Amino acid sequence: MIGVAKTTRSAQAGLAPARSMMIRAKLGRVLGTLFWWVLSVGLFAGFWEFAWWMGWADPLLMPPPHLFLGSWSDQLKFFDLRNTIGGSGDGGSWLAVLKVAGWTSFRVLAGLLAGFVLSLTVGILIRYYRLFGNLTLPLVSLLAPISPVAWLPVAVFLFGIGDKPAIFMVFVSVFFIMTIATLAQIDDVPKSFVHAARTLGASRRQIFLRVILPAILPGLFVTLRVNLFAAWMVVLIAEAAGVGSGLGQIVMMARNTFNASLVFFTMSVIGVCGLLFDWTLRRIQEQVLWWIDDNGTRK
Amino acid sequence: MTLPAIECRNLNKIWNAQSHAPLQTLKDVSFCVGRGELNVLLGPSGCGKSTLLYLIAGLDEPSSGQLLCDGEPLQGPSPERGMIFQEAALYPWLNILDNVGFGLSLQGIGKAARNAKAMELLEAVGLQPFWDKKPSELSGGMRQRAAMARALCMNPKVLMMDEPFAALDIQTRSKMQDYLIALWQRSQASILLVTHSIEEAIGLADNILVFTSRPGRIKTQIKVELPRPRNPRDPAFHQLQDHLADLMADEVNRAFAEQESAHF
Ligand SMILES: Nc1ncnc2c1ncn2[C@@H]1O[C@H](COP(=O)(O)OP(=O)(O)O)[C@@H](O)[C@H]1O
Ligand SMILES: [Mg+2]
Repeated sequence: MIGVAKTTRSAQAGLAPARSMMIRAKLGRVLGTLFWWVLSVGLFAGFWEFAWWMGWADPLLMPPPHLFLGSWSDQLKFFDLRNTIGGSGDGGSWLAVLKVAGWTSFRVLAGLLAGFVLSLTVGILIRYYRLFGNLTLPLVSLLAPISPVAWLPVAVFLFGIGDKPAIFMVFVSVFFIMTIATLAQIDDVPKSFVHAARTLGASRRQIFLRVILPAILPGLFVTLRVNLFAAWMVVLIAEAAGVGSGLGQIVMMARNTFNASLVFFTMSVIGVCGLLFDWTLRRIQEQVLWWIDDNGTRK
Repeated sequence: MTLPAIECRNLNKIWNAQSHAPLQTLKDVSFCVGRGELNVLLGPSGCGKSTLLYLIAGLDEPSSGQLLCDGEPLQGPSPERGMIFQEAALYPWLNILDNVGFGLSLQGIGKAARNAKAMELLEAVGLQPFWDKKPSELSGGMRQRAAMARALCMNPKVLMMDEPFAALDIQTRSKMQDYLIALWQRSQASILLVTHSIEEAIGLADNILVFTSRPGRIKTQIKVELPRPRNPRDPAFHQLQDHLADLMADEVNRAFAEQESAHF
């Protein structure tokens, strides 16, 4: 009976049902996702508030969300409008928060971009030019397992303080991994893809540009996304260590001044930024690399 | 007499020739593929059929011997010698139309001309309604038909097919064979198809080349003169099937005996 009612209704809807149904389905999906998000975060916040209410959580050390978010006007003054190192904060507005988050995001983005492009280039050169590969592959394999944190002094020696060392740290955190991923991706391109192209008359250059490159990009993009969070961690470490201004520096300052509310407030900002980054990369992946699904496997 | 489309003279292929364990895969293989003929290579698996196709496609080089294409020594791959693999090897980042037109786009042929030609071939393989689908949205048989269209888009003189239908179910397989015959009669290309299925060989071939087990040599050539479309219930079909089954059984037994003696 239900089935019958449904069919007649959609039949009445006339010629546009496919489109409106698609929009409705999409809306349903978005609402569903939103529901679980709110519930998940809400439950966590709820427990925290409950712990505070029961007196288990010391409001000085573990201020619950209503305290650290409620005191936002106090926190804003720590955010600096200018990208200066060790600035004491003369911002005091949401614009300043946006700016500070923007500076940190910029470093992540610049480092990721440089890492992506350079690792792709180096990976390809290693596979295409035997001599270059022999010369660089051992070095890459040796440097790859070194934690980016260990590069911090090197970053300072090389670039002093400011944007550059932070960008360098992000770059280092993705470069070696992505180079090795590029090699693995190239080796994984099905031989028949290349063979088919050759029998269709492709030159070496065409094979590279029109077969290898599109075949490896999706996997590399997924690797990039996976390493995005590592990049965020590294940039905060770099900033906290005094390399630059930004969210990491504010967390460190908050720690030094025992300002727990500021710690959690900044952590929330960081979480939102990371989320936005991942969301954006996903959308890019959907638009540009439409033939793979979310996990990088071929659809 | 016209030149054969492909001529192989005493082809040998030895893998790892320099190593302590060289593996001779092809031994003194000589044969011709006549213009417009449909030749089938039949042999037990591992006997070197794929290796031979790769040599003719120009994807690999023989250890010794000569390969002639229209009487000229063969040099590397060329769109004149199309190849179809067991897995369709369509590019997942292109839709079906662009996959079929891929070879033309490599030659720098404009979009309009390329699409027109690709559409024509999609129609011939019955995939026109699916032109804008992704390869993953098609069934195995459809993908293989798209791969045929992609190869034929280049107007090849010779089309090589390496067990193209082996991964398909039996019903799809026989439909695909019908498509193949229709395309072949339309295109006038010479075809060299590899299979290990006796029935497929008799169903399709003008000429069956029976291979020995490794090292692959040509054991016999059998002309099939049954009228098309071929009927598996025809007594002559059966007779040929029995004959080939005997020949193949010898080879399979020999291959197994060799493997076992290698173990002890
Ligand atoms: N690239 C290669 N390197 C070494 N041995 C190979 C290579 N390709 C194929 N062979 C060997 O050659 C033999 C024939 O392989 P193949 O031509 O694929 O046989 P078929 O297609 O008849 O099943 C096999 O024993 C295989 O192990
Ligand atoms: Mg094979």
